[in-house]
Amino acid sequence: MTREMNYALSFDDEQAMIMKSAREFCKGKSSIQDVRELLGSDTGYDKKVWKAMVELGWPGIAIPESFGGIGLGIGSLVPLAESMGRYMLATPFFSATLAAQALLRGGTQSQKEEWLPQIADGLIATVALLDSEDWGADTINCTAVDAGDTLKLSGTKWLVGDAGVAELFVVSVKYQDKPSLVLVNAGQFPKSAIQRHTLIDETKRAFKVDFSGVEVEKSRLLDPALSESTIRDLMLIGALLTAAEATGTAAASLDNTVEYLKSRKQFNKLIGSYQALKHPTVDILNEMEAARSHLYHAATIMGDGPLSDDMEIACRMAKAQATEALLFAGDRDVQFHGGMGFTYECDAQLHIRRAQWSQQQFGDAYHHRKRLASLFFD
Amino acid sequence: MTAEKQDLNKFRAEVSAWMKANKPADPGFLLPQTFMEVGSEEVLEFLRDWQRKVYDAGYIGLTWPKEYGGKGLPEEYQLAADEAMAHERVPIMLNVIGLGWAGPLVLKSGTDEEKQKYLKRILTAEDIWCQGFSEPDHGSDLGNAQTSAVKDGDDYVINGTKIWTTFGNYSKYMILLARTNPNTERKYDGLSFFLAPMDVPGVTAVPIQKITGEYGFTETFFDNARIPASCLMGEEGQGWRVAMQTLQFERSAEGGQATHYNFTPVTMGDLLQATENTTRDGQPLLKDPIVRDNLVKFLIEEKSLRLSATRAEIPALCQDYPFSLALSGKLRATEYFRRMRQYAISLQGGKGSLYVGDEGAIEGGFWQRAYFNNFSATIGGGTSQIQSNIIGQHVLGLPKS
Ligand SMILES: Cc1cc2nc3c(=O)[nH]c(=O)nc-3n(C[C@H](O)[C@H](O)[C@H](O)COP(=O)(O)OP(=O)(O)OC[C@H]3O[C@@H](n4cnc5c(N)ncnc54)[C@H](O)[C@@H]3O)c2cc1C
Repeated sequence: MTREMNYALSFDDEQAMIMKSAREFCKGKSSIQDVRELLGSDTGYDKKVWKAMVELGWPGIAIPESFGGIGLGIGSLVPLAESMGRYMLATPFFSATLAAQALLRGGTQSQKEEWLPQIADGLIATVALLDSEDWGADTINCTAVDAGDTLKLSGTKWLVGDAGVAELFVVSVKYQDKPSLVLVNAGQFPKSAIQRHTLIDETKRAFKVDFSGVEVEKSRLLDPALSESTIRDLMLIGALLTAAEATGTAAASLDNTVEYLKSRKQFNKLIGSYQALKHPTVDILNEMEAARSHLYHAATIMGDGPLSDDMEIACRMAKAQATEALLFAGDRDVQFHGGMGFTYECDAQLHIRRAQWSQQQFGDAYHHRKRLASLFFD
Repeated sequence: MTAEKQDLNKFRAEVSAWMKANKPADPGFLLPQTFMEVGSEEVLEFLRDWQRKVYDAGYIGLTWPKEYGGKGLPEEYQLAADEAMAHERVPIMLNVIGLGWAGPLVLKSGTDEEKQKYLKRILTAEDIWCQGFSEPDHGSDLGNAQTSAVKDGDDYVINGTKIWTTFGNYSKYMILLARTNPNTERKYDGLSFFLAPMDVPGVTAVPIQKITGEYGFTETFFDNARIPASCLMGEEGQGWRVAMQTLQFERSAEGGQATHYNFTPVTMGDLLQATENTTRDGQPLLKDPIVRDNLVKFLIEEKSLRLSATRAEIPALCQDYPFSLALSGKLRATEYFRRMRQYAISLQGGKGSLYVGDEGAIEGGFWQRAYFNNFSATIGGGTSQIQSNIIGQHVLGLPKS
C-alpha cells in the first residue's frame, strides 16, 4: 500500500458549542412520543420544529456567509446530523442541505445568489439523484433534451426525500450525453407526478417523482463543467450525513438495549448480568464508537472544494462503519427485548427500521468498501 | 508555531536521525515484537544492550526526575521519542515491567530510598523486573490470590506459586501480590504488595514452553523465601489498591511510563506488502473481490483505532460514554491484531502451513509466530472477556455477571 493514510482529527470550541446546542435542541424537540406521533403524519415533521431550526440558522450552517449562511463548513453538519439521529428528529434538513451543497459546488454564480440565501432562510429544497435501485450505476436514465430555447425532461426518480413539501428540486439528468444537474420548481409538474413510497423507516418521507414533460429554461442547468464532480461529491456527502445520523441512532438503540438489560429480570437476575447479552452489547458500543471516530475525522478534513481522495476515503469509511454498527445495534435491540422486542410498541422497531433505511441510502457498506478497494489496491 | 512545538519537532527529528543511524543490524533471529516473547539469553542480551544504548543516547525515561536518571522533561518528549522509534521500527525496549509499570509506581508512591535504589537501574536495564500476580488457580480472579506472606521479625516469609511470570528467570525484582491475612471478610483486604528480590533462597523460576515452542515465562515457586520487611509497598492490606494502580500504568490509563515503545507495530501496510506477489487461481490475490473486501474491512478497523486514540484526548467528543475509549482501547486493538494476523496466514496458501525454521516460510514464519504471540495480548493484562465485563459494568452500567 503506497497510500499514506490521513489520521487528522480535531474539534474546536465552536464545534463543541454547536454539538451541545444540537443535543439540547433535538432532545427537547423530539421525545420518543413526538417521534411516534409523527409516524402517521403526512409530511413526517413538525412545522414548528423546522421553523425553530431555521431560526437557529441550521439550514445555512454550511452555506458561506456571502450567500446568507453561517459559513461554518461541512464539518459542522456532522454533529447536527448525529444529534438528529440520536433523537430520531425528522425534518427536511438533510434534503435541503444536500440541495444547498449541490448548488454551492456545482451552481453558477447567479444560481447561488438566487437560491442559497433562500435555502438558508428555510426554503425546502431536495435532490433527485437515483433512478434505479443501483447507487453504484454511473448511468443516468433521466434525460434532458433541447426543445427550442428550453430543456425538456423525461424519466422518473426514486427515493426523492421530502418531495411532498419541497419547492426546489436539483435533478440529475443526462444532457448531451453528459451527467448534468438541473433545477426544477415544484410548480413545474402536476402533483400527480409525485408518488409517496411506503418506506421501511416510517420516520422518513421519500417519493417517486416523474419529471417527464417538465420544461425548464436552459439557465436552470447547473455549471456543466462541474456537474460530474458535483454529483460524485453529493453522493459522498449524502453518505457522510447518513453515517452521522445512523451513528446517532446506533447510540439511541444501544441506550434502549442497555435500559432493558438493567431493568428486566429472569431467573431472579437482571438479564444484563448474562454475558451472552452483556458482551454483544459492549461490541455494539465499540462499533458505534469506531463509527464516531471515522465521522469526526471526516468532519475534520472536509471542505467546500471538490472532495480529495482523503475526503472520499473518510466519507466511505464512515458510511460503511456507521451503517454496519446500526444494523448490528438495531438487530440486537429487538432480540434482547424478547417478545417485547417483536412489538410495534417497543422502540427497537424504530431503530431496526432506521438501520435498514440508512444502510441503503447513498450506497450500502459493501458498495463503499468496493470503491475503497479500488482506491487502495488498483 | 510555538517555541515548545518547534523544540519538540526538532527533538523528534533528532531521535529519528539517531535511530536511523544506530538501528542494530539484523541479528539473524526473529526479533520479538513484544517483551513477552523474549525466550533466550541471546535475545535478552541483545535487547538489554539496545535499551542501554537508547538510554545513553537520552531517549527513554525523559519524564523521570534527573536525580533518578531521567531528564525531567514533559510527557510530550517521551511520546515524540516513542513515535520516532515506532516509525523507524527499531527493536523494542526490553525492561517493560520496570519501565512501564513498576517504575511509575515507585515514582508515584515509593520512598526516596526506593527511588534511588531502583529507578536508574530500570532505565539502564541492569535490573530486569517481573510481575508476580497470576497464580495457577487464580488468574482472572486475581483478588483471590493465595500466595502467602507472613511477617517474621525483619522479614516476610513467602510461600506459594506464581505463574505466567514473564522474565521470571531473568529478573532481579518482582512486583509481588501476596496474602498477609487469610481471614479478611473481603478477599481483597488480605492482600499486600511487595517489591521483592528474586535472588533470595527459596525462589525458583521454572521456564514454561510456550505455544510457539519457545520459552518466555515461568512458573515461579516460593518455598519459605525470606524477603526484607522493607520490601512492603504501602501498608499491609493495601495490596489490591497498589495492584490496581499498577494495572492503570500497565493499561496506559495513567502516564509516567519511561517509554511506551514496548511492541513493534504490525500494520495493514505490512500485510499488503507481504501479499503483493501472492497469486490465487493464477491471478494476483489483490484482484479477488472477497479478499479485497476483507482487507478493506481491516483497513477501516485499523484506521478507527488510530482515530479513537486521538479522539480519546478530546473531551468534547467523549462525553456520551465516559471512559469508553480509554477502557476499550486494549480490547479493540488486541482483538484486531489477532484477527488481522490470523487472516494474513489464511492468505498465504500452501505456504501458510510452513513455520519458523522452514526456508520457504513467508518472511521466515513471521506471521505464524505473530498470530500465536498475539494471544499474549488478548489473554495477559486481563483477558478480552474480562475487558468486556469491565466495559459493560463501568461504561454501560450493566450489572455484574
Ligand atoms: C504471554 C503471557 C504473559 C503473561 N505474563 C504475566 C506476568 O508477567 N505476570 C503475571 O502475573 N501474569 C502474567 N500473565 C497471566 C495473565 O494475566 C493471565 O493469564 C490472565 O489474567 C488470565 O488468567 P488465567 O490464565 O488464569 O485464565 P482464567 O482466568 O482461568 O480464564 C480462562 C478463560 O475464562 C475466561 N473467564 C474467566 N473469568 C471470566 C469471567 N468472569 N467472565 C467471562 N469470562 C471469564 C477468560 O477470559 C479465559 O478465556 C501472562 C499471560 C500470558 C498469556
